[in-house]
Amino acid sequence: MVEEISNTELQELIFIIQHQYGYDFSDYAQASLKRRFIRFMGHAQLEKLAELKLQLQTDPDFFKKMVEYITVNVTEMFRDPQFYQLLRDDVLPRLATYPIIKIWHAGCATGEEVYSMAIMLQEAGLLERSRIYATDMNAANLEKANTGIVPLRWMKDYTHNYIQSGGLHDFSDYYTARYDSAIINPALRRNIIFFQHNLVTDHVFNEFQLICCRNVFIYFNRTLQERVVTLFYDSLAPRGYLALGMKESLLFSKERKKFEVVNGPNKIFRRKY
Amino acid sequence: MHSSTRFDIIAIGGSAGSLSVVARLLKALPGEMDTPVVLIMHRLKNVSSELNRLLAFGRPIQEPEDKERMKAGHIYLAPQNYHLLLEADGTFSLDYSELVHYSRPAIDESFYSIADAYGKRALGILLSGANADGAEGLARIVKNGGAGIVQDPMEAEFRIMPQAAIDMSADIKIMKTDEIISFIKDQYHTK
Ligand SMILES: C[S@@+](CC[C@H](N)C(=O)[O-])C[C@H]1O[C@@H](n2cnc3c(N)ncnc32)[C@H](O)[C@@H]1O
Repeated sequence: MVEEISNTELQELIFIIQHQYGYDFSDYAQASLKRRFIRFMGHAQLEKLAELKLQLQTDPDFFKKMVEYITVNVTEMFRDPQFYQLLRDDVLPRLATYPIIKIWHAGCATGEEVYSMAIMLQEAGLLERSRIYATDMNAANLEKANTGIVPLRWMKDYTHNYIQSGGLHDFSDYYTARYDSAIINPALRRNIIFFQHNLVTDHVFNEFQLICCRNVFIYFNRTLQERVVTLFYDSLAPRGYLALGMKESLLFSKERKKFEVVNGPNKIFRRKY
Repeated sequence: MHSSTRFDIIAIGGSAGSLSVVARLLKALPGEMDTPVVLIMHRLKNVSSELNRLLAFGRPIQEPEDKERMKAGHIYLAPQNYHLLLEADGTFSLDYSELVHYSRPAIDESFYSIADAYGKRALGILLSGANADGAEGLARIVKNGGAGIVQDPMEAEFRIMPQAAIDMSADIKIMKTDEIISFIKDQYHTK
């Protein structure tokens, strides 16, 4: 078992991946990236770093599996209920003034966050005029998201989250249970499109009233966070909203002056002009 | 006057039975000590309010945000539901991936990253607890040249955690709470 990866070894891995597959991990936070590689080697039962390098250089399918593993895909519906409550009470009413509401979920994983947003838009009577763009760099995540299927065993927790966020409807109206799956109502999904977008290498593709990028920044170092904040700034309409994860911050970004803080603890910001 | 020590970070891990010990350690920290302290505690509800209450005075305990820079003299507590990692540039990285030893935060994960980033400038302390989280991490800190201390299993309310570390490495020091306090104080000769 490999226990540690030196900085040089990490740089080598990053180089191989970039050179061979064009994915750039050089500005991911080092400590967590090392941890991901070590965990993946355990998972793939590789004893030596040399084996990992060899496999990466010779087997594209292996690489795909590795990317799916090292990008963390953990997500929930209505994760951090108080955040959703704020969206419902303070943000959505403002968005209601736009004829078409464009929302970007960057790093949407398997879609739970996106369906949660759709439910809230529906309840606010806004879903019809909303266009939700949900992106991730991990293709396997997007495929899952596109099916609209969530494991049924989590629905109890999600129902609890939903109620805590101030949801007043019967949560089970939003999905159909089938064996061990919960199928999100197709009507909720009609204005969502899922597609691949890598925040490191891809560019602005539209203008949004709201961007949600939650629990993605933690995998980036400060340099990359800075770049992605600029990408978001350029992708927001004037006075558009940006929401990050509960422990993520604009505080350390030089770009922070271009945003106003709407809610500090819940990490909701707004482009100034 | 300037206080100096061989350590740039003191990391303390504990689980069941460790809260009061942590409170005693923190209260006894020399006032002039400016080495940052990082606490990783699990399976305890409201650790931060509980600790802030137990301490009642002195330095407040903060939960760091992602990429926040660790500051001299501050005390940090790993937030619930994230692993707390340290980067070589002295910033925190939060990690939201699988549980380790059924815990997130896991003491091992913080200790590994500290061993990697701080080498011999790290002091790791492992207290009472009912599972083995932190043992391998403490052994790693020691292996990379840092110092490792466990609370004497005879004194600890739950001995499994410190004992697991002792079983991993012969270079880990075994101390009672009072001895840990004197050890830390001895590091702070003002010069
Ligand atoms: C922990 S999940 C966050 C899911 C969801 N936003 C939430 O908060 O529950 C992190 C996601 O970020 C994605 N990700 C990581 N690096 C990325 C990049 N460079 N571009 C786009 N997505 C990325 C991963 O594939 C993963 O799905």
